[in-house]
Amino acid sequence: MAVCVAVIAKENYPLYIRSIPTENELKFHYMVHTSLDVVDEKISAMGKALVDQRELYLGLLYPTEDYKVYGYVTNSKVKFVMVVDSSNTALRDNEIRSMFRKLHNSYTDVMCNPFYNPGDHIQSRAFDSMVTSMMIQVC
Amino acid sequence: MSPTQWDFPVELCCRPMAFVTLTGLDVVYNAVHRAVWDAFCANRRADRVPISFKVLPGDHEYPKCRPKRTSYEWYIPKGILKTGWMNKHLNLVPALVVVFYELDWDEPQWKEKQSECATRVEIVRQSLQGRNTKVAVVLIQKKTPLPPGEDVTASERAAALCNACELSGKSLFVLPHTDHLVGYIIRLENAFYEHAQTYYYTEIRRVKSHKEFLNKTTHQLLFVRHQFKIAFFSELKQDTQNALKNYRTAYNLVHELRAHETNILEIKTMAGFINYKICRLCFQHNTPLDAIAQFRKHIDLCKKKIGSAELSFEHAAWMSKQFQAFGDLFDEAIKLGLTAIQTQNPGFYYQQAAYYAQERKQLAKTLCSHDFSSLKTGEHYQQCYLKNGSKNSLHASVTYPNPDPLETQTGVLDFYGQRSWRQGILSFDLSDPEKEKVGILAIQLKERSVVHSEIIITLLSNAVAQFKKYKCPRMKSHLMVQMGEEYYYAKDYTKALKLLDYVMCDYRSEGWWTLLTSILTTALKCSYLMAQLKDYITYSLELLGRASTLKDDQKSRIEKNLINVLMELYSVLVQNESPDPEPDCDVLAVKTAQKLWSDRVSLAGSNVFTIGVQDFVPFVQCKAKFHAPSFHVDVPVRFDIYLKADCPHPIRFSKLCVSFNNQEYNQFCVIEEATKASEVLENLTQGKMCLVPGKTRKFLFKFVAKTEDVGKKIEITSVDLVLGHETGRCVVLNWQGGGGDAASSQEALQASRSFKRRPKLPDNELHWDSIVIQASTMIISRVPNISVHLRHDPPALTNEMYCLVVTVESHEKTRIRDVKLTAGLKPGQDANLTQKTHVSLHGTELCDESYPALLTDIPVGDLHPGEQLEKMLYVRCGTVGSRMFLVYVSYLINTTIEDKEIVCKCHKDETVTIETVFPFDVAVKFVSTKFEHLERVYADIPFLLMTDLLSASPWALTIVSSELQLAPSMTPVDQLESQVDKVVLQTGESASECFCLRCPSVGNVEGGVATGHYIISWKRTSAVGSVPVISTAITLPHVIVENIPLHVNADLPSFGRVRESLPVKYHLQNKTNLVQDVEISVEPSDAFMFSGLKQIRLRILPGTEQEMLYNFYPLMAGYQQLPSLNVNLLRFPHFTNQLLRRFIPTSIFVKPQGRLVDDNSIAAA
Repeated sequence: MAVCVAVIAKENYPLYIRSIPTENELKFHYMVHTSLDVVDEKISAMGKALVDQRELYLGLLYPTEDYKVYGYVTNSKVKFVMVVDSSNTALRDNEIRSMFRKLHNSYTDVMCNPFYNPGDHIQSRAFDSMVTSMMIQVC
Repeated sequence: MSPTQWDFPVELCCRPMAFVTLTGLDVVYNAVHRAVWDAFCANRRADRVPISFKVLPGDHEYPKCRPKRTSYEWYIPKGILKTGWMNKHLNLVPALVVVFYELDWDEPQWKEKQSECATRVEIVRQSLQGRNTKVAVVLIQKKTPLPPGEDVTASERAAALCNACELSGKSLFVLPHTDHLVGYIIRLENAFYEHAQTYYYTEIRRVKSHKEFLNKTTHQLLFVRHQFKIAFFSELKQDTQNALKNYRTAYNLVHELRAHETNILEIKTMAGFINYKICRLCFQHNTPLDAIAQFRKHIDLCKKKIGSAELSFEHAAWMSKQFQAFGDLFDEAIKLGLTAIQTQNPGFYYQQAAYYAQERKQLAKTLCSHDFSSLKTGEHYQQCYLKNGSKNSLHASVTYPNPDPLETQTGVLDFYGQRSWRQGILSFDLSDPEKEKVGILAIQLKERSVVHSEIIITLLSNAVAQFKKYKCPRMKSHLMVQMGEEYYYAKDYTKALKLLDYVMCDYRSEGWWTLLTSILTTALKCSYLMAQLKDYITYSLELLGRASTLKDDQKSRIEKNLINVLMELYSVLVQNESPDPEPDCDVLAVKTAQKLWSDRVSLAGSNVFTIGVQDFVPFVQCKAKFHAPSFHVDVPVRFDIYLKADCPHPIRFSKLCVSFNNQEYNQFCVIEEATKASEVLENLTQGKMCLVPGKTRKFLFKFVAKTEDVGKKIEITSVDLVLGHETGRCVVLNWQGGGGDAASSQEALQASRSFKRRPKLPDNELHWDSIVIQASTMIISRVPNISVHLRHDPPALTNEMYCLVVTVESHEKTRIRDVKLTAGLKPGQDANLTQKTHVSLHGTELCDESYPALLTDIPVGDLHPGEQLEKMLYVRCGTVGSRMFLVYVSYLINTTIEDKEIVCKCHKDETVTIETVFPFDVAVKFVSTKFEHLERVYADIPFLLMTDLLSASPWALTIVSSELQLAPSMTPVDQLESQVDKVVLQTGESASECFCLRCPSVGNVEGGVATGHYIISWKRTSAVGSVPVISTAITLPHVIVENIPLHVNADLPSFGRVRESLPVKYHLQNKTNLVQDVEISVEPSDAFMFSGLKQIRLRILPGTEQEMLYNFYPLMAGYQQLPSLNVNLLRFPHFTNQLLRRFIPTSIFVKPQGRLVDDNSIAAA
């Protein structure tokens, strides 16, 4: 399923990033980082209007030869980025969307934790296991 | 770069244009021919028809046409497309051959010329035997032709010529050599173009006609070939729609071919060619999405067709080329007006091309190195290989196959994408496995000479340029990192470092520490290999820091190296300790680097490196904190420097110094290893100069502020920490301000948000996050130890010399010097107050405008401990209202702090708000002599001015005197002497005066006549004699003066007595310049009998007076009404008796009858 899941802070530094361990971790870091270009552009294109009703799911950010990168941005400008193997055609837009929703819910749970300081790296076991479930689900 | 095997041939990439040859033109020696040629080929603009022209001699040999095949039954094709085919039809086989010939219609030797022309045409036809190439003749004529049909000779001769040359009439042209050459040429070439199109059309038909002879089993290759040819001819015909259609068919056919390891390269090559053509045409048709879709399909189909595993680098090279070519096409289309977007731009294709190039490099590295296992010294081989880079040098160790299997007889391949050692062999079985092996070896060896890094870097930089255009800064950074890494592999460390250094800050500022660490690691290797000391140290510092995600063992290795580098020159014991090489470095480069490092030792020059840390995240953190936001000047300024190391091992430093905005303090805030460091309070002898990882170290500094800095801010401008030794090699970490580096502001923010309770630490240890930087402090003056009292009696009275007694008492332990007093109106109030407030030290004289509102720095001398002094101040306030007064006492005192004698300037100030009020209210009124209120006064008739002085002061006032200063228009009737001299008024009491005045007649004055001033001289009753008397002048109100025509006044005694005669005399004065007729009557009264004229009419001359005498005889006692006098002026009907009553009494007191006689009788009785 997903090969890399990342949560990026409003200020664009990573809050959480996990990729499948067999692959070159650095490559995914770079991929997530470069995808922020498109996220930034999409956010600025949306403008200030319709802040309440806008779609959080940003869709496919950019395709590479081997991977597809999807994006999602919360109302507080926290970004979720998910990298999916290009060969995995089973994943349709709707599945990606629901995965992001799940991620968002889990992230909200993290934020609700009074011991979590917003802006710190996410070190939640619940969040971790949710991400793990997303990364192996279909594979 | 010279074209490589993978580059597309030029003839594929160019735009195919109809090929037309021109013969019979001597462009070298014949000026006319030259001009004609220039008109054809020079400055061809886009609106001209697409033809490529070539001048050839008339007897030029065109490529031979092979005999037509009648049957394909036994024919087995040897490959898909011959390498020469495209070039042949672009540049060798013309669609049309034009024969130029100079011949005018009226040529005298027509016959000879005609036959010569026919011969020329024949020669051309000969060499084109078997081809469908058209021939045309152009006659260059000197004369302008007549309109068609008029010149009979011309049409006759033209027909004859056509006949002789076996030409159709459409193929004969006339080119008059006149002024409008270019115009004729354009018409000519349009005609040529039509001929060419017909030619290509027939060619297409011809190729199509072969199709029916083909069968699917043996002629699969031909299907592709023919389809390609049709498409190519369509392109030459400029029929791009059909060309595209046919290329698409050809593309599908290519993939239908049976693929095998032996022919996969040929299939891929052709697929690549056709794909290129399709994409190119799609962009040309402005359907970029089709182009992209085709390309994706192409890549998806071909990605897995790797072919021979031993030559898999070829596949990567081919893939790379596909992407690069598409990127080029895309970019070209953009230059012609296509708009690309952020997520779909040529950059992605260049990037992918670069990735495949990298893959190629990887594969080449693994596949092409197996040969060297047999070599004795790999390095030796590598060296000589690097030097020469050509296969000739290989003889030394490895044998490049001889004869070269890659050589062909012609030097080129017959078919695209075939192996040179088995050209035209279609069998899937290898007939000669040995030959195959040799061929593969040759290719592998050749691949070694390819400079992969150069290819990769070019592609990456292309991609960078694109992503820069399409707002992808992070993608750009990423590619630049890759470029840097590639330069590193290519051993161009300078360029690598430059690129990496450039992008580092992007990753740092966004807090992507993993990526930053990876970049830094490469950068560190580069700087190591170049023995760049400063860079090496900088990168080490950051890699040891908290932003680095390196493992501890890595960190400790780097730290060890760093210490080695820093100690190198210092310690004699450590001999030539160049740092250990970074892991995974090229062995050869390490050798060079070690040499460079050892050279550094002998190299004199700067060995002190100052590194500003604000732009990166070093492994030592620093925070400076003043103990208080302000310090009194007589107290030493204290502050702490907190240091924390994040490296794995303890580190020593040799010096810590602090710089301030006032540099004089710098000297007091230094800790050095050598000195005893008396400034440091916490004298930890053990490990004082040592930072233990994870522990916060605190260094307390203190210094005595300069008295000049009172009121100023002292700021820490920088903190310098010296690692290593200043005598040897050292690095100075320089924190701007009170510490903090590239990451600390974000950390501080996070720490401030955190609710987390920090674990308890042992005493005198602090949580790093809880330390807040305080980099500046104020120096404020010493606390004064004197008291200042003010004594006064508020409120102040307007204009008085208000006395303010200031008492200063010293509570200091020593004598205070130079006591100065500043007193007066507190600055910063209403400007008008400054004008109306004056301060003086002398109460004996009134101060005037020249006195200031604030007296500054009045010296009052010295004060001994406990002594007090008093100073009187006099304030004169010209207006009412409240004012703030300031009393500011300053003095100097000598004190000692930290065994240092300083002179402190202290000051104390007191402010007081004083209300100013009027001392009294003055009311003035005008009354008639009968004390009746007057609205106006009458000219020349006396009236009374009454003043009423009401004390408003809470203190008793003494009216010294009062004076009435009359205006010139007023005259006093009697003496104007003061009636209120020396009167003392308590609060609420009042003093009145009354003056009798007369106002002579004046004209009609608007607003009345000025009366004058009333001046009151006064002082407080309590004031001492020396205090001056204050004069307050009050402007009296103006009065309206009215003229009356007649004035009547009466002379009569003050009282009457019953039955005693009471003589009354009325004076009637004519105040006008006219003779007045006056009617006078006296009405009887019950209380009086009278004698005199009861009714009379008389005349009074101007300015004269008439007297009327009456004798009244009172009949009753008491207050009695007099018989009223009525005056009637005939000329002035407004003059009424009402008015008259104001002047003359209307009643009189009558006493009862006297009893003087009776008294006597009583007495007698």
